[in-house]
Amino acid sequence: MLKYHKKKWIAMILAGGQGSRLLSLTKRLAKPAVPFGGKYRIIDFTLSNCVNSGIDTVGVLTQYQPLLLNEYIGNGQPWDLDRVHGGVFVLPPYQQSTGSDWYTGTANAIYQNLHFIQRYDPDYVLILSGDHIYKMDYSRMLHFHRQKKADCTIAALEVPRHEASRFGILASDEDGRITSFEEKPAQPKSNMASMGIYIFSTKTLIRYLEEDAENEASAKDFGKNVIPAMLASGARLYAYPFEGYWKDVGTIDSLWEANMDLLDPSKPLDLGDPQWKIYARNAVRPPQYIGHGAVVQNSIVTEGAEIYGVVDFSVLFASVVVEPGATVRDSIVMPGTVIRSGAVVDYAIIAEGCEIGERARVGSRPEDTPDKSQWGVTVIAEGVTVAPGSVVPAKAVVDDNWDIGPQHTLDAPTSAKEVGEVVRA
Amino acid sequence: MKNLLGIVFSNSHKHIISELTPNRCMGSLPVGGRYRLIDFVLSTLANSGVEDVGVITQTNYQSLMEHLGNGREWDLSRKSGGLVIFPPFSRTESGMYRGRIDALYSILGYLRSSPATHVIICDCDMIFNTTYEDMLLSHIDSGADITILYKKMPLEADAAKDACVLSLAEDGRVQDVMISPPVAGEHNLYLNIMITSKSLLEYLVSSCYSHNQYSLARDILQAKAGQYHIHAYEYTGYVSRLYSLQSYYNANMALLDPQVRRQLFPREMPIYTRVRDEAPVRYGLGSNVSNSLLADGCVVEGEVENSILFRGVTVGKKAKVKNSIIMQDTVIGENSQLEWVMTDKNVTVREGRMLTGFRTYPIYIAKGSVI
Repeated sequence: MLKYHKKKWIAMILAGGQGSRLLSLTKRLAKPAVPFGGKYRIIDFTLSNCVNSGIDTVGVLTQYQPLLLNEYIGNGQPWDLDRVHGGVFVLPPYQQSTGSDWYTGTANAIYQNLHFIQRYDPDYVLILSGDHIYKMDYSRMLHFHRQKKADCTIAALEVPRHEASRFGILASDEDGRITSFEEKPAQPKSNMASMGIYIFSTKTLIRYLEEDAENEASAKDFGKNVIPAMLASGARLYAYPFEGYWKDVGTIDSLWEANMDLLDPSKPLDLGDPQWKIYARNAVRPPQYIGHGAVVQNSIVTEGAEIYGVVDFSVLFASVVVEPGATVRDSIVMPGTVIRSGAVVDYAIIAEGCEIGERARVGSRPEDTPDKSQWGVTVIAEGVTVAPGSVVPAKAVVDDNWDIGPQHTLDAPTSAKEVGEVVRA
Repeated sequence: MKNLLGIVFSNSHKHIISELTPNRCMGSLPVGGRYRLIDFVLSTLANSGVEDVGVITQTNYQSLMEHLGNGREWDLSRKSGGLVIFPPFSRTESGMYRGRIDALYSILGYLRSSPATHVIICDCDMIFNTTYEDMLLSHIDSGADITILYKKMPLEADAAKDACVLSLAEDGRVQDVMISPPVAGEHNLYLNIMITSKSLLEYLVSSCYSHNQYSLARDILQAKAGQYHIHAYEYTGYVSRLYSLQSYYNANMALLDPQVRRQLFPREMPIYTRVRDEAPVRYGLGSNVSNSLLADGCVVEGEVENSILFRGVTVGKKAKVKNSIIMQDTVIGENSQLEWVMTDKNVTVREGRMLTGFRTYPIYIAKGSVI
């Protein structure tokens, strides 16, 4: 048998989720592969955190639409994860002599890859989600885990009380030892939420995963089954308090907000910190060009973009073109999309390779929407063409080419004033 | 394309832009916001399918070696062949070479062991983008001994400095080669790119070396234009040659023209460069940018007009940068005003400073200066 170098710790990133609440944005790619922040994909944050924390062996567990994620991660070179011993490995479900199975839960996904973990004989295993935006030094958490002689350490942060029932909520004693853990409780006992970041001592992990695999009643989920089982059997579980920026970008609104947070200097997520870079596979494009008469403020823009129009409070990815007279405000425009002249984009997420036709109107501003319940971020899926002069109302999710003008949108929550602005010449 | 071996001279012509090259070679000259001059020639070779490239260096090659690494960014990190960097003294007797022939002689072993049938020899003194498949075919079809790339173009008074101007017969055969002639107006400018068979190159280099001849232009192209069939292959695309500080300024500023960018950066022929993993450019409240190129990692809170900002430049609040080239990691303090200025890397312009050059004489601020 091949000899592998023993590792102190390795990371396993759960990247198989569909992210169905991201609607059309995840039609052809898994949530961790969704473009984020001008030049990144969501998983870049977790991968970069691993490398910056000194982890050189990472397994990425994929299941839903893995092609793009596979291609993107490649040999791991952009994250310095092309290593002689270790590196990054994409781990899809596979067939075994005893049968084949999709990953049925987070714990099951790790369970099915125990042999991968065992090859490196690590003392600790770090289990992460591939769909969170944050910067974190996992080596400090490992230090905490060792200090506490814990079996499992869970990173936790305070969340607003009213949001607490969306998370796994834990309570701990003065020493940080976890006394209760409830997944998405209706009546949360505290506001300390699990961030889905676990460090396990390897032997404990294997023991509890094997027990969980034999329990037919289990949903094979860390938060729902494994952690409560450990707690019940008296294992040493500790909460590692995290302070800083952390966002689960599981919904259209949170994805939009997390992008907008990058424009807010008061938010503690600095992409420019040379001590903790976020790495990404870069597009090979020339520098961005800001043309005569362009107005670009409060925005981040990346290479290959060409801007001749107005861009305000927006995040523009590689090779986006904003033609003269076009306006993009409070929006996220993903790689290669072209905003034709005279088009107005407000509060929208426009996926890769779209074309927004001349004088088209995408999304609307909340202040222009009388009925606030009808207002929300507009989503245009990958590759969609929005015809010249057409109107896409607020909160709409457009999967296919769109050619509906203002005259057909009587039910749409676009105000008469706005419709008037875009009536075809 | 294993039949074509690329040889790149990273250092030739550096003395003609001495301001920018006291600590760097010509190939590592920063251009166009995020590139080094060698990126253009290496990318054209890579985009032509050339898999083996030897880069010859002479002095100040540390920054170049750092930039090139193992050649991965240009897809030249290969199991066999790929990118090879040759510093001087790469053989005990080679020493510091006087000219290209000396350098080629010192890597004769590399040439001999290459599986290629032809060699393409390039300098690093141009911003351009092309591929060489057609030039190689033309070389083979014409039966020429040597094929050299040229462009018919108007030259300014000093533009032929350290360059060759060709006189050609109607069939494109080179009749005469003039080195650094004092000419202006429309001429055939040799673009310092030539293709020849590997066997002929080995012979010519050995033969010249034994006669103590070291100049490729003088002792081969000029001296042997009658003896050998030297064919000129016309390049019609965009090129700007760097031969002075002013031409360096103009070549950078030319990139603000969308027509020029379209020719230099077509999607299917990318110009590759080393990745620096910078964050996207951040435009602050009150930033006002027009007709400018900006590379990733910049933070702009002031005004930028008709300028090129390299990676990691910061422009403070109410600062004004106009008609200027600002190289990597330069910081322009609040309320400062710069016009017709070129700052080298890591320059700090403190708050409220005013620096003004002139269109025909942009002022140059050396690397690491604090103003």
